[in-house]
Amino acid sequence: MTISQIEITSDELRHLVSNRALEGETLLLNMGPQHPSTHGVLRLLLELDGEKVVSCIPDVGYLHTGIEKNIEAKTYEKAETMTDRLDYLNTMGNNLAYCLALEKLVDLDVPERAQAVRVIFTELQRISSHLVWLGTHALDLAAMSVFFYCFNQRERILDIMEMCSGQRMMTTYFRPGGLWRETAAGFEEAVRAFIDDFPRRVDEYEGLLSKNPIFLDRTKNVGAMSAEQGVAWGITGPSLRGSGLAYDLRKEEPYSGYEQYEFDIPVASEGDVYARYWVRMQEFRQSLRIVRQALDKLPKGPFRSSNRKFVPPPRAELGTSMEAVIHHFKLWTEGFSAPKASVYVAVESPRGELGVFLEGDGGPKPYRCYWRTPSFVNLQILPLLSKNHLVADLVAIIGSVDIVLGDVDR
Amino acid sequence: MDSVLQAILQDLEKTFAAKGSEFRGQASLLVPADQIVAAAQALRDQHGFGMLAALSAVDYWPQPQPRFHVVYQFKNIPQKLRLELRVALDGNEPELDSISSIYPNANWHERELWDMFGLRIKNHPDLRRILMPEDWAGYPLRKDYPLGYEEVEFTFNFEEIEQRKPRPKE
Amino acid sequence: MGIESKLGNLGIVTTTLEGVVNWSRTGAMWPMLFGLACCAIEMMGSQAPDYDMSRFGMELMRASPRQSDLMIVAGRLSRKMAPVLRRLYDQMPAPKWVVSMGDCASCGGVYNNYAIVQGVDEIVPVDVYVAGCPPRPEALIHGIMTLHEKVRGEKVRDWA
Repeated sequence: MTISQIEITSDELRHLVSNRALEGETLLLNMGPQHPSTHGVLRLLLELDGEKVVSCIPDVGYLHTGIEKNIEAKTYEKAETMTDRLDYLNTMGNNLAYCLALEKLVDLDVPERAQAVRVIFTELQRISSHLVWLGTHALDLAAMSVFFYCFNQRERILDIMEMCSGQRMMTTYFRPGGLWRETAAGFEEAVRAFIDDFPRRVDEYEGLLSKNPIFLDRTKNVGAMSAEQGVAWGITGPSLRGSGLAYDLRKEEPYSGYEQYEFDIPVASEGDVYARYWVRMQEFRQSLRIVRQALDKLPKGPFRSSNRKFVPPPRAELGTSMEAVIHHFKLWTEGFSAPKASVYVAVESPRGELGVFLEGDGGPKPYRCYWRTPSFVNLQILPLLSKNHLVADLVAIIGSVDIVLGDVDR
Repeated sequence: MDSVLQAILQDLEKTFAAKGSEFRGQASLLVPADQIVAAAQALRDQHGFGMLAALSAVDYWPQPQPRFHVVYQFKNIPQKLRLELRVALDGNEPELDSISSIYPNANWHERELWDMFGLRIKNHPDLRRILMPEDWAGYPLRKDYPLGYEEVEFTFNFEEIEQRKPRPKE
Repeated sequence: MGIESKLGNLGIVTTTLEGVVNWSRTGAMWPMLFGLACCAIEMMGSQAPDYDMSRFGMELMRASPRQSDLMIVAGRLSRKMAPVLRRLYDQMPAPKWVVSMGDCASCGGVYNNYAIVQGVDEIVPVDVYVAGCPPRPEALIHGIMTLHEKVRGEKVRDWA
């Protein structure tokens, strides 16, 4: 069968497949946008020699939302609601990145209590994101009960988020200058109950998977990546730490008070799927450590900055102070302005380096807000990792790189 | 700013006729467009900036010069340094050299520049649209491209919009 | 249906037939895996033990459209994905229903721009819209219950 009889969806992909495909020796298979194991709408064009992958061409853009252009049309504070929906498993992390970038751009202070609560929620969000990763990764490798256990624990974290902000996922709880409102009455007890109970759950998941011969067979020596390849391709996060490089932005460029907390960076050296799995399992424990320290040290004080040029006054003040009314009016109609300059701020999301490039133009709307999302960069290495592996290994590799399509396509 | 970074900045300013600046402790360097590949090579080989962290562009329409600024963010992991490089481009379909031979992960970033801004990247192995469908016309993130806003349906314009809205026949 | 045309409107027989068929359709309505974005996570959450959907007959989610009855469009539909959605809908055998989960699928949601289809009812006919961003699992289950009620109210003359 010649190439003219084979339907490749786009002529433009012809130069990416090898000559053997053009002769019909290898099979071109479309692992389409709707597929249970691609963790979202990712299309992979696979060139297969029997069951072995000769080349794999990712085709992204099926979830492109135009968030960056939408952000340019809204004021700084209103644009924050758009940021939740980028990496929808790390919603508070996205809010944190945006708020840090904005606070750096306009030079706004954040009180200590707000910083500590931000750290608590970011780490809880990291645990919740890794739970979804573990559940779906294990589900792809046919360990279905892990999926149920993980989502059950995730509900406990979502309860805590709902308690403080009213929403389970898209909270927008972090605002420029601090938090939206004071934490709820039972917040500390709920978090403490969760972190006291969770360590034995992590032991449970490890007991189910870490020494399981089927899991080991499917993940050991599959999709190996070296640290040099990782750095050259811009890989960050647990995928890079699974290859031996201890690079974590919470230690390298600490933000929001992370320098006060003691925690380790788990590093594995083999760089295969099992190493990345191991790194993320250890990250559960390190996140619990951070939350415990932050909770023990939780300072009392204001939850948001009192710089009225950027932060609206509380409603109680509006009855008594004229300046409060003027600030309230200006901030809610026009919004605050940022200088004509740009900043780039990066935080450590559960997937890697999440960077925000924010450029202002002196007006109330962001001129350009570019999101350097970890999944977009991490996905590029998939063709390299999956060469000469079986299709079943490809499923394990996609799961271990931990992509979220909202991040990739923005 | 870090003294090491200061030294690197001065070295690059001399070699590539670049202009350095600083804002809130972050260093930025404006490099001429034809020097970008040489500058990227020097950053990786001589100064140890092994990772390209981010690559994007800003559109300054209707200001004609510069129309675009392409922003590169580099990271030096062993010495913990970050550096931003900017390249100014003019015109409606400007051209820029690819740095994907030096930093492999620039591949998709440059495809996104082509897709979203219409910046033609020379010597790119595979320049085609990445986020929009292949047959899409226009470059969405340019400032002269409309947002594509759809009118909100209120009672007074409900029928008018319903007639225009496409509905499936089955 | 052949029976109705042969027996005429006997009243008792066709109503019972409707009742039985509709009951069996709602009893085991299998959704197709069509999670696009954030709503997919809440859909997975409603399949999870805390808000179990298998109580209502949706024991498993079929990946193949040929083996499923219900398409829950969970998440924002971009213009690149729209032809794929229509193709999958066409591949589902009748009887089929569509639940549009979340604000983005119902009306474009937060995103009023060039890249998002403003409501999947521009592409496929929708039976139930579930509001929320993302809707709680309980809201999704309420939407499924509403769909079951709608299916139980279907008449014989609608089927053919």
